[in-house]
Parts: sequence; structure tokens; C-alpha cells
Amino acid sequence: MIKNFLYSQKVAPYVFVLPFVLVFIIFWVYPLLSSFGMSFQKVTLGQEASFIGADNYTKLMGDTIFFKAVRNSAVYMILTLLILIPFPMLFAVLINSKAMWGREFFKSSFFFPALTSVVVAGTIFRLMFGEMEGSLINSILGVFGVEPIKFLKGQTTGFIALVALASWRWMGVNMLYFLSGLKNIPDDYYEAASIDGASAFQRFTRITIPLLKPTTIYVLTISIYAGLAMFIESMMLWNGNNSPKNIGLTIVGYLYRQGIEKNNLGYAAAVGIVLLIITMVINLTQLAFSGMFKKEED
Amino acid sequence: MKNKWIISLLVVSMLVFLAGCGSKSNSGKSGGESSVLNGGAGDAATELSYWTFVELHGQHFEKMLEKWNAANPDRQIKLNVTVMPYDDMHNKLSIAVQTGVGAPDIADIELGKFPDFLAGEPQLEPLNDVAEPYKGTVVQSQLDLYAKEGKIYGLSTHVGATVAFYNTEILDEAGVDYKSIVTWDDFKKAGIQVYEKTGKYMGTADTSAIWQASLLLAQQESDLTDADGKPQVNSPEMVRAMTMLKDLQDNNVISTIAGGQPDTEEAYGEFNSGNYATAFMPLWQMSRYTNYMKDLSGKIAIAPLPVLEKGMHRSYGGGGTGTVVTKTAKDVQLAKDFIAYAKLSLDANIEIWNTLGFDPINMSVWDMKDVTHNPENQFVKYFVNNPFDVLNEIKEEINLIKSTSASPTINNVLCTVTLNEIFEDGKDIQQALDDAQTQIEQELK
Repeated sequence: MIKNFLYSQKVAPYVFVLPFVLVFIIFWVYPLLSSFGMSFQKVTLGQEASFIGADNYTKLMGDTIFFKAVRNSAVYMILTLLILIPFPMLFAVLINSKAMWGREFFKSSFFFPALTSVVVAGTIFRLMFGEMEGSLINSILGVFGVEPIKFLKGQTTGFIALVALASWRWMGVNMLYFLSGLKNIPDDYYEAASIDGASAFQRFTRITIPLLKPTTIYVLTISIYAGLAMFIESMMLWNGNNSPKNIGLTIVGYLYRQGIEKNNLGYAAAVGIVLLIITMVINLTQLAFSGMFKKEED
Repeated sequence: MKNKWIISLLVVSMLVFLAGCGSKSNSGKSGGESSVLNGGAGDAATELSYWTFVELHGQHFEKMLEKWNAANPDRQIKLNVTVMPYDDMHNKLSIAVQTGVGAPDIADIELGKFPDFLAGEPQLEPLNDVAEPYKGTVVQSQLDLYAKEGKIYGLSTHVGATVAFYNTEILDEAGVDYKSIVTWDDFKKAGIQVYEKTGKYMGTADTSAIWQASLLLAQQESDLTDADGKPQVNSPEMVRAMTMLKDLQDNNVISTIAGGQPDTEEAYGEFNSGNYATAFMPLWQMSRYTNYMKDLSGKIAIAPLPVLEKGMHRSYGGGGTGTVVTKTAKDVQLAKDFIAYAKLSLDANIEIWNTLGFDPINMSVWDMKDVTHNPENQFVKYFVNNPFDVLNEIKEEINLIKSTSASPTINNVLCTVTLNEIFEDGKDIQQALDDAQTQIEQELK
């Protein structure tokens, strides 16, 4: 009986899929629904929650700090996209090229920062970008006669530090994605193109970029998500969740501030739902535009 | 073959690196540093856990634990102390006490965060019964500071009388006598002279703490909140305070400091290098001097704060830590009895001065010359003059700034946004404070 059940072609797939479905329901669907419910309540840990309708959302719409956080996250996401897609792609092509020496060395050294804990990396960057004369970046600038800059106190300079940290950390990871994408492009295409007299630039733009599209879309999707969900980098760089004038405050940082630091979980849930909506809208639009939802044509 | 070697070398080095990171994060920031204090306890002792954000507080408890265990052989205690960074500890504690899972038996809660823990039905044990015997011996306002509806939930560590710490070496170089500084005008004149003669700043313009704002409000008998506890950060008194500080900054008397205020690691470095001559801080800053600014030993003098007008009160009680017992404590009565003994008894108050260099809340200690003027005491040795000579002079002039449910939000807005706008960006003071008021009201809605 049990044997029949397990060997049944109809049932088996469901059994195999079950673990994933369970994990999905327990760790994704349930928390999502429950935080959606919470976003309409006033929730203080240890005390009875009370239903307050859309109050959290109306408060959110008038909350300038929240919009500051949204703006910060958006700017961070765009900057990381501008840096962390073209450059890793270029590096991947360079490293993939047969003429390149020390390929393994470059691959590992680019990937190394991703293995470093963000806590350690953030702390090191905080010291590097310190405002004192003796901190690394300022002492380098000092050689060129530039006055010490208070990097972590200004919006632009703060973001330079933040994006530098992100680039340093994620360059290698994205490069590996592109490298694996490049491995899927048959050499024949390049050979044929060379025979037809295509230049290196033409081969790159006509063969590499189009055939890398699935990888690029994947990297774009996870980068959008990662950019909007960034929190710990900022927290470590400013040694806490409260950067001067909130220049490093992100949406998740704001969620943390409201939910954990201020014990206002209902409001934090509303922040989380808005973040989810923003991320979904951007990513779905992006995927729709890049044709990912179209049916395969063959 | 060569490649293989390089790859294995890389793999090994990465593993070593990762192992290094792993062990570091276990004992480092994320989990806090734990140690069990035995205090001469026997095997039958009850082990209580204690969370704090100030490493030094553990040293005090260690001393008191030994005395407690010796005096109470049938109720001995082992104390499991965990030190965590400020924000981390308060966040973890908040979640733990409110969910009822994982909280320590005893914890330190900083004054600025205390109202968060008193919201709704506090998940802390009332301490009235153990504090009662010490009434009259300790400053009543310090007990009220951590109370709600007549119930005391935290036991204070110190008065936190705010004073001026002057670097006499810099002042001598500029020909300034700190004793002649009575008003902020005097301070400004002295500061201009210091800057002209030495190129150094007289003091700091704090952007990440509200000690200066609070002390200037206290001098004017004002507060950050009104009588009902509602925020009033754009009051005329606050505008006057900020305008005065901004004027000092414009005249190169004070300047912003790395770290944003004197009680930060970066600032200790700046003070140690002699870049700033003055810090206006609660008395507990003394322990920062002896621990983190050793180069300045023998150079720092303590004096009453300058005032806006003669006759104003020359100090205010700044900062503070309330030690609490959580509702989920293993042995509530034992924990309560121990913290009362370790914080309120006369012996404890003497030790608080000896070990931590704080101004104890049992004011009779202030008059014990053999304790306060003990030549072997590290604080007596470090400072130019005796701290208690100053404390006794300003004893009747220590105002308080209330801590209300609005305080955490007020602190957050002022310290992250407003003070930076005023001292870093030069934003119009009235405008900056009005914006802060709006923001605070919005957040408290």
C-alpha cells in the first residue's frame, strides 16, 4: 500500500516538492500575511495588539524620515546598478580572455571581499573614511594638499564611502555570475565572427552582450533586491542605525528603528509592506520589459 | 600543476581567514563578552545573569559580590556578566523582556532608553520594598527618575553632576585662568584668546549628544519637555542656548569634534592629542579620562559650569543608569536584595566612587573626607583639583532634565538631525528647531 503510494507517478512529484512548499509557506507566506495583518494594528511587544485601520499607512505617508529612507535606498540601488553591472561584466570578459595572465589569481582576489564579514568590512571602511587627518583616505588626500573631508557627515561623501564598500564587496560575486554566463557562449560564434572580420568590440557588442542577457537580467534582479534591502553596510559604516541627518538610513534601517528600537511593530510592518510593494513593482516591471515573461518561441 | 598549488594555497588561506572571522564574531560584538564572577561563592550559589553596556559597571558588581557572598553565606550568588554595545544591549533586552524569553535576571538600562521600558505595563519588577530602607540616605530625585506611578523600577548609579573639565596645560600656554571663568561670556573671551595664542579650540560643539543643550536649558530652569511631558524643543530657552553655542562656534571658541561629542572613542583621541581644552560633561566622564585619556593625567582641572547669567544654577544631573530586575528573573527576591545592596547601601556608594569615579547618590559620602580625598584613589591622583571640592560647592545647584516617554524620540531627532544641521551645515537655528519640533510631534503621533 505504502509502496504503491510512493511509487505512484501522480503522487511522487508532490512528495518531492513538499519540503520546498512547506518552507515557502512557513517562512514566507505566513510571515507575509501576518505582517500584512500587523500593519493594520498597533502592536507593542508584550501587550495586546489593537486594530487601528489604515492609521499606520496614513502616518507613513506624512513621514519625511521614511521618504528620506526610501530616497537613500533608491539612490544606493541605482548607484550600485550603475557600477556593479557594467564593471563586473567587463572584468569577466577580460579574465575570460585567453590572453589574460594570472586569471585564477584575479578571480580569487576579486571574490575574496565577498567572504569577508560585512561587520569587519564596514568597520574597516569606517576607519578608512574617518574625518580625522590621520585616517587613510584623508591622509592620502593630504598628500595632494586637500583639506580633511568629513566623509561620513555629508550626503554625497557618505554615499561615496557606502558605494565604495558595496563595490569592493560585490564586484567579485557579480563577476563570477558573468564568468559562468560567458562559459555558456560557444567559442564557434567568436571564431565565425573573426573569420567574417568582426572586430573585438563588435564581437563584444554583437555576441557577448546579447548572449549574456539571461545572466544580466538575473544579476539586475538580485541587485535591485539587494540595493533596496541594504542595511548592515550602513549600520556598520556609521556605527549604528543613526547616521548624522539620517544620510545613511535605508528602508530596512527605518523598519529596524521603528520595530526593534522603538518597539512599534505595527508601524514597522507597514514599512515592510511598502518596501515589498516597491521591490515587486520595480522588479516585475524590469522583468516584463526585458521579456522574461514571454513564452519561449521555439 | 602550478595552478593546483596556487588554488590549494588560496583555499587554505581562505579557511584560515574564515576561521579567524568566526571565532572573533563569537566573542566579539554580536554576542557580547561574557564572564562569570564568582565572588568567593560556594557550589550552592545561585547563578544570576547580568547585562550591561558599560564594562566598568561589572568591576563594581564584582567588588560588591564578594562582600555580599561573605555576608550572606546561605544566599550566595554567582554573577554571569555580559557586556554588549549600547544599542545592541537595549534592543535585545527590550525584545527579551517583552516577549518573556531570554531576558537576564538583572540589567542596566540607560536613562534615555528607560521610558521605552516603562511603556504600558512594565515587564520589570518594582523595587520599592528593597529601596525603602535606604530612603532618606540617597537623593530622592534619583529614585524618582526611574519610577512610574509610584513604583520604582530601576536603581540609580550616580547623580551625574555636570561640570567643566579644563586642560590646564593648554590654558596656561594661552595665559587663561579657568578659575576666572564664571559666565559664558568669560568663556568666550578665554576661548578667543586660546585660539589666537595656540590655534586650539576651547571646547566642542556637540552634534551627537545633548549634554550641552540640556545643561543650558537646566540653567534657565527649562526643559526639553513641558510639565505634561510634551516635547518643546523650539522654546525660547532652547533658541537662546543654541544661539549662544553657535556664536561660540563662529568665533572659533568651540568646534565640532570627530565622534560628535566628548564621550566617544574618536574624541578621546582628540582630547588626548590636546586639540580641545574643555569638555562639559557629567562627572562620570572622569572614568573616561583615567581609562582612555591617560596622557592627560595631572593636567585636567574640574570646575563648575559657566552660566548664562550670574546666579543661575551651575550644574545639572546628566545621564544615568537604572539597574533593573526582570519579571522572568530566576530568583526575583534574591536579585532585588542584591542590587539594592550593590547600589544603595553606604558601602556600595563608597565603592561606586572608589571603582567607578561616579558621584554617589548617597550624599553623605560627599562629606567623607577620608573617602573622597584618599590620596591613593586613582581619580584623586589624576585630576588637578579634588572633584568633591567642586561637587560640594555646587551641591545645591544640580537641576534635572526630565526623562519622559517622549525623550527617546527627542534625543534621536536632535542627535541625528538637528544638531548636525546647526553646527555642521549652519542652518538657521529657529528653523532647525521648528523642524525638529514638527518631526518629533509627527513621530509621537
